[in-house]
Amino acid sequence: MSLHLEATVADRDVDVSLDIADGEVVAILGPNGAGKSTVLAAIAGVLRPDAGRGVLGDDVLFDIGAGTWQPAYARGTALLAQDPLLFPHLDAVDNVAFGPRSAGRTRAQSRATAMTWLAEVDAAELARRKPSDLSGGQAQRIAVARALAAEPRLLLLDEPMAALDITVVPAMRQVLKRVLAGRSAIIVTHDVLDALLLADRVVVMEGGRIVEEGPTKEVLERPRSTFGAGIAGLNLMRGRSVGTAVCTASGSLVSGLSDESLPEDTDAVAVFSPSAVGVYVEPPAGSPRNVFASTIRELEPRGAQVRVRTDELSADVTLPVVAELDLVPGKQVFLVVKASEVTIYPA
Amino acid sequence: MSLTQQSGVPRWVLVPAALGAAFVVLPLVALVTRVEWGSFFSLITSDSSQAALWLSLRTSAASTLLCVVLGVPMALVLARTTFRGQSLLRSLVLLPLVLPPVVGGIALLYTFGRKGLLGETIDVLGLQIAFSTTAVVIAQTFVALPFMVVSLEGTLRTVGERYEVVAATLGARPTTVLRRVTLPLVLPGLAAGAVLSFARALGEFGATITFAGSLEGVTRTLPLEIYLQRETDPDAAVALSLVLVVVAVLVIGLVRGTRSTAL
Repeated sequence: MSLHLEATVADRDVDVSLDIADGEVVAILGPNGAGKSTVLAAIAGVLRPDAGRGVLGDDVLFDIGAGTWQPAYARGTALLAQDPLLFPHLDAVDNVAFGPRSAGRTRAQSRATAMTWLAEVDAAELARRKPSDLSGGQAQRIAVARALAAEPRLLLLDEPMAALDITVVPAMRQVLKRVLAGRSAIIVTHDVLDALLLADRVVVMEGGRIVEEGPTKEVLERPRSTFGAGIAGLNLMRGRSVGTAVCTASGSLVSGLSDESLPEDTDAVAVFSPSAVGVYVEPPAGSPRNVFASTIRELEPRGAQVRVRTDELSADVTLPVVAELDLVPGKQVFLVVKASEVTIYPA
Repeated sequence: MSLTQQSGVPRWVLVPAALGAAFVVLPLVALVTRVEWGSFFSLITSDSSQAALWLSLRTSAASTLLCVVLGVPMALVLARTTFRGQSLLRSLVLLPLVLPPVVGGIALLYTFGRKGLLGETIDVLGLQIAFSTTAVVIAQTFVALPFMVVSLEGTLRTVGERYEVVAATLGARPTTVLRRVTLPLVLPGLAAGAVLSFARALGEFGATITFAGSLEGVTRTLPLEIYLQRETDPDAAVALSLVLVVVAVLVIGLVRGTRSTAL
């Protein structure tokens, strides 16, 4: 079911406007404290925004201005958190049957529904287990079944794989991919892989605001936010357009190629891959290239390559280069990238 | 006996600690040495003893039930809501814990007694509360209720609201959440509170004798019987005291049992 949300939560400095189409899965990405969970809590009715309204289908979830507020139980928005939070006094099947029972179904009907959903998440054989006898991955699969058995109109997933052992994450991702197909859902995640495999669209939040949104593939290929570039493993410099270059706030001029007409003096970003960046200890002479003086912050080995992270940008170099140039954190270097490797587009 | 020292407790602390333990245990030992074992059984099964014991058990059970019925909602309101004056209300509710029971008895007399605040209302209903078994139950509930509220409020806060939030997003109405999630989760705390309330009601003396008097079979509970027998038949008083000690030990065992299975 489609969702339209506008919400302001003053004490967490969150102010967002978000739309989700019927049957669409949207991933909310962003650093810690960006306000991602706050958005889910407002939709679920667990947290009351200071202003805004939320509409699910034709149903007004809340409209603070008009004084409308539907309690969490009436919203049909099941919330799945990091922690499975299975009711410890109920076994797996009764946990999953909780939603149907609360909706007024009989015990037998609810159990039957629960068994179907347990099978759906490959957990039918765990039906009679108590939560204390389940592993983290098993418990989270059952929590997924429990959320789905409540027949939510919109499923809210708040970092559902963050607390799982890394070895069970792929299996969990498969389960989610299967059950999310054709469903309206919002998944908050840190992991770009979740966004890529599970979501139709990505929303990037930073500092309580939505800074970027679009189809997953587009955000990863052409990020417009620092966080978006970070998860895509790309360098991003932001500024105003000057011809086919970007002039950053610090005064650097980044030349590049633009495949669309770029109006003069508008917000624009320059994006390039770390592998296109060369590292020098002396400023190189000649050739129409971009040169940025910077200080090395850390070196991160990546197979045969080393990612050199400086204050703003990253460069991938080979191990012999690191040894030859004596690259260490704190060292002043010059980063060089050819204009033909830089893509420039409107922010 | 070996002491495993985990953190650096100074050795000299063991001396006052041992003195304190002896201070608690020695009187119980003294009591046991004074029991006339030969006549023990006949002393505790005499008519007046049996009447007192039976009355104590009945009234304490009734008080415990009242503590559950009134205390559970009170603990829920204190633990799960916020309102102005909440901390003041909490302090007032816990007052009977620190109030001398005899003061509580007088306060109850001026509330439910014939000339009390609610006395006329109760008279109209054709009820006479003061100096009746009902008065015993009221006095016991008055002193025992805080034990239920404190125990359950603590458990409610420890368990937290996370499960309740999940239940609500799964479509459960507040009453369903309370019945199917909250109460099962806090059951250990509820049981501990009930056992403590029962124990407090069983031992109640001051408020009972002030508000309910000491009428055999009607208001003379076991502690009152012990106090009276002490004058006329010290052996009977000692024997009945031992019965209450045994009950107390059982209560502590029960509470420890419920606490250790708590979440």
